[in-house]
Amino acid sequence: MSEPLLKVENLHKSFGSLDVLKGIDLELGRGEKIALIGPSGCGKSTCLRCVNYLETPNRGHIYLDGELFGEKKVGDRHVHMSEKELARQRATIGMVFQGFYLWPHLTVRDNVAIAQIKVNGMARSEAYDLAGEVLRKVHMEHKSDEYPERLSGGQQQRVAIARALAQRPKLLLFDEPTSALDPELVGEVLNTIHELANEGRSMMLVTHEIAFAREVADRVIFMDDGGIAEQGPAKEVIDSPVNKRLKSFLGQMLERH
Amino acid sequence: MIEFLTVYAENWASWWPQIRAAIWVTLGLTGFAYVLAMVVGMLIALGRMSRSALLRGLCKGYVEFMRGVPTLVILFLIYFGLPSFGIVFDAFWAGVIGLGLSMGGYIAEVFRSGLQAIHYGQREAALAVGMTPVQAFRYVTLPLAFRIILPPMLNMLILLLKDSSLAALITAPELMLTAKDLASSTFLPMHLYLLVGVLYLALTLPMSFVARHIEARMRLGAAR
Repeated sequence: MSEPLLKVENLHKSFGSLDVLKGIDLELGRGEKIALIGPSGCGKSTCLRCVNYLETPNRGHIYLDGELFGEKKVGDRHVHMSEKELARQRATIGMVFQGFYLWPHLTVRDNVAIAQIKVNGMARSEAYDLAGEVLRKVHMEHKSDEYPERLSGGQQQRVAIARALAQRPKLLLFDEPTSALDPELVGEVLNTIHELANEGRSMMLVTHEIAFAREVADRVIFMDDGGIAEQGPAKEVIDSPVNKRLKSFLGQMLERH
Repeated sequence: MIEFLTVYAENWASWWPQIRAAIWVTLGLTGFAYVLAMVVGMLIALGRMSRSALLRGLCKGYVEFMRGVPTLVILFLIYFGLPSFGIVFDAFWAGVIGLGLSMGGYIAEVFRSGLQAIHYGQREAALAVGMTPVQAFRYVTLPLAFRIILPPMLNMLILLLKDSSLAALITAPELMLTAKDLASSTFLPMHLYLLVGVLYLALTLPMSFVARHIEARMRLGAAR
């Protein structure tokens, strides 16, 4: 079997005395799409944020493309990377946040291009071409000169997705990308993510949209109380859950919709 | 009334060269002190948000000290106090340092509140695209905070210009001291203090105008 793109090994994270992650192991193959589901506070977002070291794990390791992420080995000890080295690694993972977090002082085009210009030293014209290309992909090219505040939530999130795509990422992380949206705007963002999934991109998605997870993800992981309670092929896990907590979770989610 | 005004006409030729020179001293004091205050303010603001509790404490102490001690006391400490330790500044630079250090405490608070008003998510998004913390600060947090702190920073500049008159008491040859000297040599205090009052107003009014203009544009910017 070929080496997985992402390997998460015995991941632990606590905030003060609160243990949020209690030993997560998972692998994501190239082109694979994983959805993390579970009740609020189960640790799914924290797990996602540990993958690109926005949260620093207390224990355990992340490997991307076979390389240790966020750490390096000195002798047989693991030590944290410098901020510069970490930044270079983070640039290979795209992340989409619940709250979009576009930068309001920059136009849509500059939001997408700035990292390529300032971080990767790309020429401005080249970065703008790239911005146009990825904005076209999320159907937002016509808003290139607008400022984010003039866009709807759904449009902002699509621009945020374009910003992540401009990194030409090996892996895309989505942290509840539709949870902050008005219900009528959820569809356009899910469609965009669906299109990306069809391109064979590797994705890890934290979501409350169970039907969407079932349709788009190859694999679903149900997290509960800081651990993985059940996982398997998306349709199997969602249509015929085994774990009792997953059954009641899915029941609640269906009731709500 | 006419009589009152003719005094200005009669004396203008002898007053104006001195007053013009004094205006430049006042503007110089204000300008240099403002630059110093911004540097000090930025360092103290960053120190107050540092991970080190000691540094945070020291910087908080600085702000409390500068807020609690009158600027005049600071000026006297520098101009009259430090020479006993062998540190001597001329009146102008003592004024710049005293005004700058004092105003730096206030500006630190303006910077800090501006920086803290930026949602942490903005910074995280910058880290996620591969910026280092320094780049995230430079390209995201700082420009965003700048929009918030610009209006209060202009108000601070107006306050500083008025406070620069305190340097008269450590003999810096600025507008207020020049007026006082002229008033006591000509016995025309009403005329001269009225004149400097108008001159301070003439210097500060354009600044308030600019501040209000920018504030209004920023508000439009937020809605844009």
